[in-house]
Order: sequence, then C-alpha cells, then structure tokens
Amino acid sequence: MLVAEKNALSEDIESYVTKYGNDRSALLMILHEIQKKHRHISEFAQQEVARLLNIHPVEVYSVISFFAFLNSNPKGRNLVRVCQTISCDLQGKTAVLKAIERELGIKVGETTKDNKFTLEYANCLGLCDMGPAMAINDQVFLKLTPEKAVELLSKVN
Amino acid sequence: MELKKNKRKGPVIFSEYKRGDTIRKSISMSRNDILFELKDSKLRGRGGAGFPLSTKCMLTSAAKSEEKFLVCNADEGEPGTFKDRVLLIEFPELVFDGMVAGGYTIGASKGIVYLRGEYEYLLKPLEDYLEEMRKDNLLGNNILGKEGFDFDIKIFLGSGAYVCGEETALIESLEGHRGEPRNRPPYPINTGFLRRPTAVNNVETLAAVSHIVMKGGAWFAKFGTDKSTGSKLFSVSGDCEKPGVYELPWGTKISELLKLVEAKDTKAVQVGGASGFCIPKSQFSRTLAYEDVSTGGSIMIFREGRDMLQVLKNFMEFFVDESCGQCTPCRMGNIKLLEGVEMIEKGKYTFSYINKLKDLGKTMQLASKCGLGQSSPNPFISILENFNEEIFNRGNGGTNVR
Repeated sequence: MLVAEKNALSEDIESYVTKYGNDRSALLMILHEIQKKHRHISEFAQQEVARLLNIHPVEVYSVISFFAFLNSNPKGRNLVRVCQTISCDLQGKTAVLKAIERELGIKVGETTKDNKFTLEYANCLGLCDMGPAMAINDQVFLKLTPEKAVELLSKVN
Repeated sequence: MELKKNKRKGPVIFSEYKRGDTIRKSISMSRNDILFELKDSKLRGRGGAGFPLSTKCMLTSAAKSEEKFLVCNADEGEPGTFKDRVLLIEFPELVFDGMVAGGYTIGASKGIVYLRGEYEYLLKPLEDYLEEMRKDNLLGNNILGKEGFDFDIKIFLGSGAYVCGEETALIESLEGHRGEPRNRPPYPINTGFLRRPTAVNNVETLAAVSHIVMKGGAWFAKFGTDKSTGSKLFSVSGDCEKPGVYELPWGTKISELLKLVEAKDTKAVQVGGASGFCIPKSQFSRTLAYEDVSTGGSIMIFREGRDMLQVLKNFMEFFVDESCGQCTPCRMGNIKLLEGVEMIEKGKYTFSYINKLKDLGKTMQLASKCGLGQSSPNPFISILENFNEEIFNRGNGGTNVR
C-alpha cells in the first residue's frame, strides 16, 4: 500500500470516528463505512480503527469475521448476492444463479478475473414475495429471470 | 428507494392513523395510564416469542437507572418474513410514533432502530423521515412542549447476521462486539445496552402501540381471540397467486388464509419461517394464534410436487450458515442434522440413526443457549414426521417412480 493511500485511508477512518464517536459501540457503524467505501477492511484499516477506539486490533478482526457483510480480504468491484433461501428457491433461483455463473464464468464464492464481480449467496433478503431476488452492491432486483439477471449485470460498470 | 404513502387498509395495524397523534396523546397521559392501556390490550410481542408487552414495559419502567433505551428490532432475518420492510416503507409514522410513546412510558430518552444490513436501501429515506420529525418537534428536547421529555431515535445498521435478531445478540452487536447471545438472566429489561435497562421490541409491536394509545387497549382486545388479541401481519410467500403482506385477526384458520392468497393444490405450509413448523394438509383447519400455531408471521406455501426433503435441506443449510457457533448443541447439532438430511437424499441411512438425530434435535431444543438452536430442529422434526411417507419412499425406482 502506498503511503498516500494509507494516509487517505487514515483520514477517512478519522472522519468516521468523528462522526460516530470513539466509543466501542460505534465500531460496527465505522466498519460499515470503511467496507462501503473500500469494499474490504484491510489489516491496516483494522489497526487504525483499533488505535482510535483504544481496543486491540484482534477485537476488530473478531467482529469483522463474525458478520457476513464485512470482510478483511478484497472482493471484486461489484458484489452480486443471490438470495438462496427457500421462497426464492421455489421461484427459480437455481436457473438464475446458473445463468449468472455461465455468463461470468465463475462459481458462487469466486471473483471474475477482471475483478469486476464477486458472486455470493445471500440468506433471505426479505423479498420473498417478489423472488427470485438478488442484490448488486446495495441495490436489490426482483422477480428475476435468467435472462433479466444477466442483462442487469451487463449494465453494471 | 423512497418511502411510499400507504394505501393498504386493515382492521388494526393498517387502520387510519395520522402522524404525531400518538405522541400528542401519550404526553397528555400519565405513564401509568399508558401501561394500563397496554395491559388491557394484552398485546404480545410480534417477533415470534410472544412475550406480553405490558410486562416488559412495566419492568423496564420500574427499573431504576439514569439512562434507559428503547430498541426497535428491525433485524427481520427469518426466512419468509418481510412485514417489517412493508411497515417501514409504508407506515414509518406508526413505528416511530410508537417508539416515542414507548420511550415516554418506560422513561427512555434514546431510541435505536436496529435495521438489518439487507435493508440498507431504507437507511437514507428513514433518516430523512426522522429529520422531518425533528423539525416538527416530534423528536428532540421537550417534545411538543412537554417539559423534560427528551427522546431521539438513531438508526443502527446490522451487517448480515440472522442471530442478531435475538435480543441479547442484537445488544452485543450494538455495543460493538460479535453478535453472540448472552446468558440470561440478567435480562435486557434491567441489564441491556451498555448495561442499562433496555426494552427491545419488534417493529410490528411498536406499530401496534401507536394504535393502542390512540384507540385504547379494550378496542385492541376486541380483535382476535381471547389469548391472542389484535391482528397479525402475515408475510405470505411460496406457491400462491397473491403473495404479500396480509393483516388478519389472530384465530384465522390456515385454510382461510390459503383461500385468501389463492393457493391451489397446497401440500404443506411452513408457519413461522425456517425455525417454525411444517403443517401438512390434514392440519389446515388449525388456527394461527399463540394458543395453537404460533408464529412471527412467516407463511411459506408448498404445492403438490415440491420435494419436502429439499425444502428441509434448504432450512438446515441456512441454520448451519447462521449458527453463531458459541454453544455446542447449536454449532454441532445443526451440522449433524444437515448430514442426516443428505444421507436420506443419497439413500444411505438407517432408521436407527435418523431416530438418534431426532433425539439430538430434542436435546438441542433444551440445551441451546438461544432461540436459534432451540428452534432450528423444529423443521427437521416436523418435516420428517409429517412427510415421512414421501421422504422415506424416495428412490424406489423401477415401476415405483412417481
């Protein structure tokens, strides 16, 4: 990591700490912001958060490893999460997922070579009446067909 | 994503309500009067556990502390549940006004909405809505001129953990820890967020509070049955023509609900989400109520031809994924139950082992630390029991292919 990048990241983290406070209870919101902007929470970021909140870095790591939406390793630029829970399954999630896997040339849990997409499963997105559903980053898409899902992905930068 | 003006109509939750009414009325009442209205309403928690709200409020209200918290549990993670999403998008006034009234009643000055990470797209519109309330002094200091009544709400975003719907796990994650459930007692009502008295309530419960304060506990208790008063929002999904959120009085028969949502050739209904029970056709005359088939509102419908073993496998995979791993019965038990399902799938099982797994399920119900492990064996036990003919006749082959 370049020094300039490190400094920028530290500045970001400091601004989140200013916004949410340096109490331990602000930890998740701070991690959320870092995750959102940088798509992962690097070891350096974990150490910075720990320093500013006055806790041990391993405490930060233990929280990251617990939650599905936080990760310490980088993922693709866009995160595609297909709901795997039963209602979406009944409505045809398997065909949608297979179409995406074919089109991107990856399996669930993998990232495309150009680093554009990471494909994952999600547990119940709470859109069971309008399935199959998937989320691309923080946007959700409903009533998918295999064709529609692939088309949506082609529109992503 | 924008909040929508509600168009739904219903007897209780979806009945007429104007923003701010409950706040105006509650600050003109004494705290005890509100507690008595809640008691008369016999409202029970809508998240699924069904704890009487008035008891929770009275205990939190009686707890002595310089600071108390009211938490709105919008970590709606149960598969097949989406009523809270609808309430927050279409009826935020009910939920937030209910929180302010609740805060007034128990003497809390801070409200926290724990919004599940999957609903992140609601964060901005809801925060804008809260800002509007602050402008109209429905939140903030000395609300609507009531001297000494300060209350504000902030929204906390979850990060994709089903177990955080459990109230002590939710509080752990609010405090910045892993979302692992605590030992109880002590209960959150006296030792909750930051060790302060905390009342954690479901979104729908708080929405009901708004109506109870306005129209009275006796009015609310007129709906539903004697033990299950009021109405319930049901999240209906699966094999039916009209999936969606329905408000129905408690005591509605499963068969009536199926008719309403135009479900045909129904073989089974999973009531209460993945952690609920699978009801076969022969029991469709049972009623949805705390005293019969109790539920947090998830209804998943399966038509003839659906493979119930695959349904069960989906549920067990979910629990293996979502167990927090803190206690052994849940961490190991769910893996063993899933393995059992896979054995049946491959036709490599013995009945003596499957029966042992059923016993293991019963042990998990007793020995797990929180509701997750206590309820995750429910689908395993109920699906294997109610659909044994279908499941154990798989792979007959030859002339027996179905």
